[in-house]
Amino acid sequence: MNVKPNAIAESSVASPSAVAADVPAARLLVWSIRRELWENWSIYVAPLAVAGLVLFGFLIRLIGFPARMRALSALDVAHQRDAIQGPNIMVAGLLMVTGMLVGAFYSLDALYGERKDRSTLFWKSLPVSDVVTVASKASIPIFLLQLLVAAIIVVTQTIMLMASSAVLLGSGQSASTVSTHVPWVQMSLMMFYHLIVLHGLWHAPFYAWLLMVSSWARRTPFLWAVLPAIAIGMVEKVAFNTRYFGDMLIYQLTGGSGIGASRDMAPLDMLGHFEPGRELGTPGLWIGLAVTALFLFVATRLRRQRGPI
Amino acid sequence: MAIIEARGLRKQYGTTVALAGVDLHVEEGRILGLVGPNGAGKTTALDAMLGLIPYQGELRVLGRDPWMERDQLMRDMCFIADVAVLPRWIRVSQLLDYVAGVHPRFDRVKAEGFLAKTNIHRTSKVRQLSKGMVTQLHLSLVMAIDAKLVVLDEPTLGLDILYRKQFYDSLLNDYFDRQRTIVVATHQVEEVQHVLTDLIFIDRGRIVLSCSMEEFESRFAEVTVNPEQLAAARALKPIQERLVFGRSILLFDGVQRGQLSALGEVRTPSIADLFVAVMEGRANTAQGAAA
Repeated sequence: MNVKPNAIAESSVASPSAVAADVPAARLLVWSIRRELWENWSIYVAPLAVAGLVLFGFLIRLIGFPARMRALSALDVAHQRDAIQGPNIMVAGLLMVTGMLVGAFYSLDALYGERKDRSTLFWKSLPVSDVVTVASKASIPIFLLQLLVAAIIVVTQTIMLMASSAVLLGSGQSASTVSTHVPWVQMSLMMFYHLIVLHGLWHAPFYAWLLMVSSWARRTPFLWAVLPAIAIGMVEKVAFNTRYFGDMLIYQLTGGSGIGASRDMAPLDMLGHFEPGRELGTPGLWIGLAVTALFLFVATRLRRQRGPI
Repeated sequence: MAIIEARGLRKQYGTTVALAGVDLHVEEGRILGLVGPNGAGKTTALDAMLGLIPYQGELRVLGRDPWMERDQLMRDMCFIADVAVLPRWIRVSQLLDYVAGVHPRFDRVKAEGFLAKTNIHRTSKVRQLSKGMVTQLHLSLVMAIDAKLVVLDEPTLGLDILYRKQFYDSLLNDYFDRQRTIVVATHQVEEVQHVLTDLIFIDRGRIVLSCSMEEFESRFAEVTVNPEQLAAARALKPIQERLVFGRSILLFDGVQRGQLSALGEVRTPSIADLFVAVMEGRANTAQGAAA
């Protein structure tokens, strides 16, 4: 165990004879996040597994790659770019969807599971406040998971890029075709920006909602999270024959790029239409973050009140 | 300073009154046993002290309001609420790391020392441990915390007799000193009798008996009465009379031992026997009132 010597040093510092100082909130938060990652290893295993599978498929696809590139070199540049960028965009999309699923299911279970297995009684016996606990649980889908997914996407894309270049070189073609069509640095930076701003900040109210339901529901948090949204949409449709609520959700999900945009193009194309900074200036983002704060506040109060189920 | 101070502590769940105005005063260095039948309000009282539920009335634990200040309170107190609340997915080493990370008064070396005396491996997950081992693990953690107050709610429920005995032995020998206070709620009264300094019986949300163990020993006496003196013994108004192997055993509250020793063999009753007597007495009074 590599943690041992370190931990012994720590505990001798915090020995009972010394006046037990407060543990700083930042340290409580870090340990609580670590605890979440121990429990929910799917947070990193699921995206890694998807990336691994995609890479495996991609390597098989590479077998016919030189021949295809030769054929494509006769075609126009746009087709060449699509052939090279296609798999890159697909892997990004797949991992983003994985991230959203992992984040959603994590959030639904975060404050429900600890009540269900009664371990909440243990966690509450430690000097960690409900605010720190909820903050640590919210930071997983909103920040950590997105950073992780972005990193995995960038690494996977890099491996794919290097592999195709190597294959092309091996077949006597120029690898520069690959690098000219894939602006690596720009794409990587944009990936992080996209994941943090859209999948993190814009989607934050969804995760906060799921966390709130998770801290409230006595059973079937999934139904409690989903059914009210469907009910509101249906009541609105029947009563007023409008769909503002549904549109609002889509607006938030697509990062304010509008309902038209999300219908007319695949979400993956959004990467190409990216204007960094635009989202940050949209009031929708800030309204969403205010709603996130409200949901998390309620989740914190509920966590204090609710016992094991 | 009083470790726990409660005045008119009330808790209601819907129309069910779980605590109907409880007054409590626990001094430092005491080991208080909270004894009562199922649904008497023991766990509710403990939950209120631990900041797990809101309540009406006044309650101070270590000078703090538990409901508002649970996290600060937990620096100086710890609890084993019920058995098997340790998360099943966690590894023993992770548990040690985590508690060492968040608890300012946790002594990891001490915890490792306690664990070394058990068969619990650092690499095991809690789910792989037997119920007795989980309790040992939890106790090792709690005993490595330099707390002023320890609250235990049925800490030995469902354990076999070896673990049960060991539990209280380690708690008393390796942990308890006059600076600490322990509150334990349990059904298994016979195993805490020699451990307690104070005793509280609680029934239907009220305290029905509250005394120190010294008081308990001087106040209550159990007499195996000689048959010819049964009438004389009954005149002293026993709180309970029962037959064991054809001999009458009478339980007295507040009768001089000198007076009793003339009637037969005098003993201090077990908490369990007194508990049964008090609860039967209450049931009879309630029936009498109803009839």
